[in-house]
Amino acid sequence: MAVLNDEQVMLRDMAREWADNESPVTAFRKLRDAAPAKGFDPEAWRTVGEMGWAGVVIPEEFGGSAFGYLSLGLVVEQLGRNLAVSPLASTAVAATAIAMGSSDAAKNDWLAKLASGEAVATLAIDEGPHHDMKIAATVAAGKLTGTKAFVAEGDGADAFVVAAADGLYLVARGEGATVSPRRMADSRSHAEVRFDGAPAEKLGGTDLTQAIVDRATAVACAEMLGMAETAFHQTNDYLKQRVQFGQVLSTFQALQHRMAKMFTELELMRSAVEGALEAIDAGRSDLDQSVSLAKAIASDTLKLISREMVQLHGGVGMTDEYDAGLYLKRSAVLETMWGTASYHRERFARANGY
Amino acid sequence: MATAVELDRPADALEGFRAEVRAWLEANFPPALKDADNAMSAVEGPSDETPDQRKWREAMGAKGWGVPTWPKEYGGGGLTRAEAGVLNQEMARIGAWNPIGGMGVMMFGPTLLEYGTDAQKGEHIPKIAKGEIRWCQGYSEPGAGSDLASLQTFAEDKGDHYVVNGQKTWTSGGQWADKCFALVRTDKSQKHAGISFLLIDMDAEGVETKPIRLISGQSPFCETFFTNVKVPKNNLVGLEGQGWSIGTRLLQHERNSLSSGGGSSSRMNAGKQVPEIAKKYRGTDAEGRIADAELRTRIIKHEMDQRAFALTLRRAALDAKSNQGPSAATSIMKNVGARITQDRAELNIEIMGMNGLGWEGEGFSEDELTQTRSWLWGKAVSIYGGSSEIQNNVIAKRILGMLDHQ
Repeated sequence: MAVLNDEQVMLRDMAREWADNESPVTAFRKLRDAAPAKGFDPEAWRTVGEMGWAGVVIPEEFGGSAFGYLSLGLVVEQLGRNLAVSPLASTAVAATAIAMGSSDAAKNDWLAKLASGEAVATLAIDEGPHHDMKIAATVAAGKLTGTKAFVAEGDGADAFVVAAADGLYLVARGEGATVSPRRMADSRSHAEVRFDGAPAEKLGGTDLTQAIVDRATAVACAEMLGMAETAFHQTNDYLKQRVQFGQVLSTFQALQHRMAKMFTELELMRSAVEGALEAIDAGRSDLDQSVSLAKAIASDTLKLISREMVQLHGGVGMTDEYDAGLYLKRSAVLETMWGTASYHRERFARANGY
Repeated sequence: MATAVELDRPADALEGFRAEVRAWLEANFPPALKDADNAMSAVEGPSDETPDQRKWREAMGAKGWGVPTWPKEYGGGGLTRAEAGVLNQEMARIGAWNPIGGMGVMMFGPTLLEYGTDAQKGEHIPKIAKGEIRWCQGYSEPGAGSDLASLQTFAEDKGDHYVVNGQKTWTSGGQWADKCFALVRTDKSQKHAGISFLLIDMDAEGVETKPIRLISGQSPFCETFFTNVKVPKNNLVGLEGQGWSIGTRLLQHERNSLSSGGGSSSRMNAGKQVPEIAKKYRGTDAEGRIADAELRTRIIKHEMDQRAFALTLRRAALDAKSNQGPSAATSIMKNVGARITQDRAELNIEIMGMNGLGWEGEGFSEDELTQTRSWLWGKAVSIYGGSSEIQNNVIAKRILGMLDHQ
């Protein structure tokens, strides 16, 4: 655990309490079965707004608390523990794009609404099944054209922060934007969004695009950290109660050593993820390396733990009734989102001149 | 808020102390010793001290800064952790190093400060603090490795003294040590509760050491034999039968010193980073990348592992500093550190090819010969101080609450 100040400890404890009481995994299951058009529960999102979590990375002059990314990460981690469905991560990072951007109009129109949870925003970056910073979408005379694949929270977003070849733009839902849902294994919102001459407000150049993608990646890592924690502890708890051959499974050394190995990897993962969030807040120049380190390690570690969660639960791990499958499916989506472990190892290597 | 980044930035209150440290180092550290090896490293054995080295050791010993956080009354520096951190930073800045080390500093001293009598502390601690004396560890026996509590070396009560008989093994630096802190059996009827913590002079009559030659060709370890060795009763630390808990506490100090970045000999970290070696030996492609793509991937994984480990060490240090409860991270350091050390050596010899397997003589560079020895010596790091399997048992049982097999 990073060293936290009093506000951060309070924020983390509040988020954990809310996630455990109001948004346990059963809430995710209910939402999955109800499949609302926007992809999230408006009541839950209203609470998130009231708690001020969406405003944690928004400047105070626009109604936020400007606590920074380590703080946002703490909240997202707590929600990730329970697979809580929330457009919080995408909204917060999109708000950062607006706050860091050059458009005063965009700041005045959107930031207060995003900070309070009145509106939802998201990032529309990738154009294919693999994360790629080569962007084809273009803007001419203030109109954006291009198709964005797999836009997380695309179904419910009121605004899109869209990457074009020359930088980052803000597009409001409506004129010139067509949203088509894409159903995926994790039962979360991922939409294809077609922009066809949509009115677009410029926020910044490709540097800003990369800066925002790095922040989105770090926040995804925080969600993965929360998931890995829960997946690990649920598995450990299960091994302590399941009896085979007249023995509780947790007495078998072969299983103990697999758990010890996972626990070790989990500790390294926490260091790498918190390191990336702190690098953002500190404005460090090697932020790109810190983020790639975090995403590569988070992807590998959550992959290990979520797959072992199914295996170590045995047959029941294959059933929908147990949570193991839910962590497995969300994990696979997050492993892919914002670049796989291989993508980030390559980026890390290039940054270091290997 | 004290973030990880701020660890590298001094708090204002320490600025005066920092200036004092700089001035003192300037006046006392011989520049010719910049980035040299620590002569007290237990693994390498003692080398003859140069006049510069002796001067440096004596200066640090007199100041107490070789053991900066130990109490002043016993020859320590009496510094706070934060001040000791400043001292470390300032030494690192100019390539200075702590000339006082070894097992007395890392393991035995802190334990004796906690459990020793005033007389014992007064006798032993100042000598350790000045780097005047070497200690070795008498724990393992041929039949008691991972199952340490089954040790058999017996100390028979003869009233005012004990008579010790038995054999210890893996006594690191035993051939150079002046004293030995040993676990001995004082009661054969109980396993753990029959063990006591005893201090033995290595030059006492009946103590014999024999170096153990390793696969790396080196002999940093010994077998130590005790035949009717007379040990005065006042060399018992703590109570009779309390040895197991004192001995365990000592191992915690070993882990602590590991988690604060100590414990690894400079030789293990010697030389260039793996990617640089790979570029030199294997060449680069048209884009300037390490030519062999599959090897490159494994090297990058290793580099990332190392980076995450460094972040974890820092996180553990911050946890300890801010007292937000003990960090579980320290318990995993041993295994991750061992894995990284061994991965690095395996990658390096693979990268160097036959040149990475040279034993001695012509045709090999000094770096290449060192690489061969480091690779072989490094196989010990997942065995000593509790093997990786024992560490995994500790993690599973003590941290994860998994149960003993019934």
